[in-house]
Amino acid sequence: MSAQSAAPGVARASNFSLGGLLRRPEAGALLGLVAVFVFFTIFGGTGFLTPDSAAGWLNIAANLGMVAFPIGLLMIAGELDVSIGSMIPASSMTIAIVSGHYQQNIWLGVAAALGVGVLVGLVNGFLVVRTAVPSFIVTLGTLFATAGFVLGLSVLLTGSTSVVINSDGVAKQIFGSFIDQTFQVMIFWWLLATAIYIYFIHYSHYGNWIFAMGGDKESARNAGIPTRKLTIMLYVLSSTSAAFVGMCQALLFNVAQVSVGQSFIFNSIISVVVGGVLLTGGFGSIIGIFFGTITFAVVNQGIYFTSFDRNWSSLIIGILLLIAVLMNNTFRKMALTYAPKKK
Amino acid sequence: MTNATSAPVLELKNINKSFGPIDVLHDISLQLRAGEVLCLLGDNGAGKSTLIKILSGVHVPSSGSILMDGSPVSFATPRDASDRGIATVHQFGGTFPLMSIGRSFFVGAEPTKGWGPFRVFDRKKANEVAVKAVRDFGITRIEDGDRLVGGLSGGERQSLAIARAVHFGARVLILDEPTAALGVKQATHVLRIVNQAKKRGLAVIFITHQVMHAMAVGDHFAVLIRGSVAADFKKGERTREEITDLMAGGETMAGLEKEIEDYMSSHDGHPPPAGH
Repeated sequence: MSAQSAAPGVARASNFSLGGLLRRPEAGALLGLVAVFVFFTIFGGTGFLTPDSAAGWLNIAANLGMVAFPIGLLMIAGELDVSIGSMIPASSMTIAIVSGHYQQNIWLGVAAALGVGVLVGLVNGFLVVRTAVPSFIVTLGTLFATAGFVLGLSVLLTGSTSVVINSDGVAKQIFGSFIDQTFQVMIFWWLLATAIYIYFIHYSHYGNWIFAMGGDKESARNAGIPTRKLTIMLYVLSSTSAAFVGMCQALLFNVAQVSVGQSFIFNSIISVVVGGVLLTGGFGSIIGIFFGTITFAVVNQGIYFTSFDRNWSSLIIGILLLIAVLMNNTFRKMALTYAPKKK
Repeated sequence: MTNATSAPVLELKNINKSFGPIDVLHDISLQLRAGEVLCLLGDNGAGKSTLIKILSGVHVPSSGSILMDGSPVSFATPRDASDRGIATVHQFGGTFPLMSIGRSFFVGAEPTKGWGPFRVFDRKKANEVAVKAVRDFGITRIEDGDRLVGGLSGGERQSLAIARAVHFGARVLILDEPTAALGVKQATHVLRIVNQAKKRGLAVIFITHQVMHAMAVGDHFAVLIRGSVAADFKKGERTREEITDLMAGGETMAGLEKEIEDYMSSHDGHPPPAGH
């Protein structure tokens, strides 16, 4: 368990209690994950527990998770970013056009794809900080602007909305390959990212700043936290993470298309909320988002192993989201009203 | 610590503030000494909030000067003011409800342990220091630094915010209606803490609507009416009734009552029409 809060502290030696676990932001996500696992093990039979099935949901979770972490941080800080939906195809198309269509060095393509991410992140960040327009509206604007720009430019440059990119060598190995033919290399990036985020958010002092910002931006600024800089950095992080996912997908599938990635917008928000992050900011945890993402991916893929029609999976996700929010509200109230018993 | 002869920690000289054509503060001069509680009284709209915002660096005065320890200072941002040791605690504590006591106490000044890039937030130390700081102010019910701030009572949150300000070296403590939303018992708690802060040699500006609360802790009173200092007096120089009258806008309550009676007797017992 991470040492970030909850379990009894100052005077007591014991470090574990059921109550302490339930008061943590990730309590709901963990219970949800266990519930969907049990559900699909019962209804999906043995097929659900095979490595092939695990690869199915792990691949989904890894790609989604890379985006869900920074989206979760933005939500903890009280902001939102929906422009990631066009950032993924934008970076896919960038690397495909640079390294596929124009046959440039693959690393130039990688740099260009990530560079587009940094650029859009900076635009989002500056617009949110400077205009004080709600970030949902700002990023909705950049969502459409980026999508239009990518579509227009790729038709102009290549005459097509999908571009082939054939690559091999190191870049393909580390960004877009399958391990054992089924597991995307992205899974390792995702696990690495999880570890890094947990360190930064729950162990280093920067995490404190993000939580404070989401709790009360004015007080946080008065306490000396560079809220503007931090907001811009978070937007750059979310855009660049989305760009990373888009770039890896182009290398993995050897093709980039203009119209993929929109599903990431809502899927990442669902993962984050199921993971126990409070929509209005100030509360949440990385491990919760991690569980939330897996929960989403399991529901998304698990349905294939049951006898139910595929179309029911959205219903399950919808209900899951509502239950998760209600459950998380309950656990948060428990955390708020908690006081150690008098001895 | 009260020492009437020492130089004022904070002094306002002829402060004016206008927003466009609207004059909000007019020629405000006040002095604040270490170990002294200045009660800032006044009705809604009298300019109390604007005055606090000038002191805490949110607004810059249109004219006039602010002196600390006798030398002029200017605050461009809230950070400037807090660097000088002016801490403002707002009605709801200005704390982060969903953060733990230890974490919110150290926001922006987190203690860390470890080395180089592996420095981590020192939760144990943060919790210990925060809990001790609050307990030193007599809030003994707080034992666990992992508790969330939102779970504390209003009085405890105020106390936490005051303890935090004192811990980080505040010399001037501005309390913006700290007792307004509190019950009798909680308010007493906060007043006791104000007295503690005073004993520790802090200069306190206490903004309130409640004359009882003001009289319980105040050494020095200033009444604002329509942006000017209408009265500035020491403890014991005025009675409670006189202060209440001043706060009601300068007219005596008794006078007001007489006026209404006169009107009623000359108008067949009808009260004066509204809007007067």
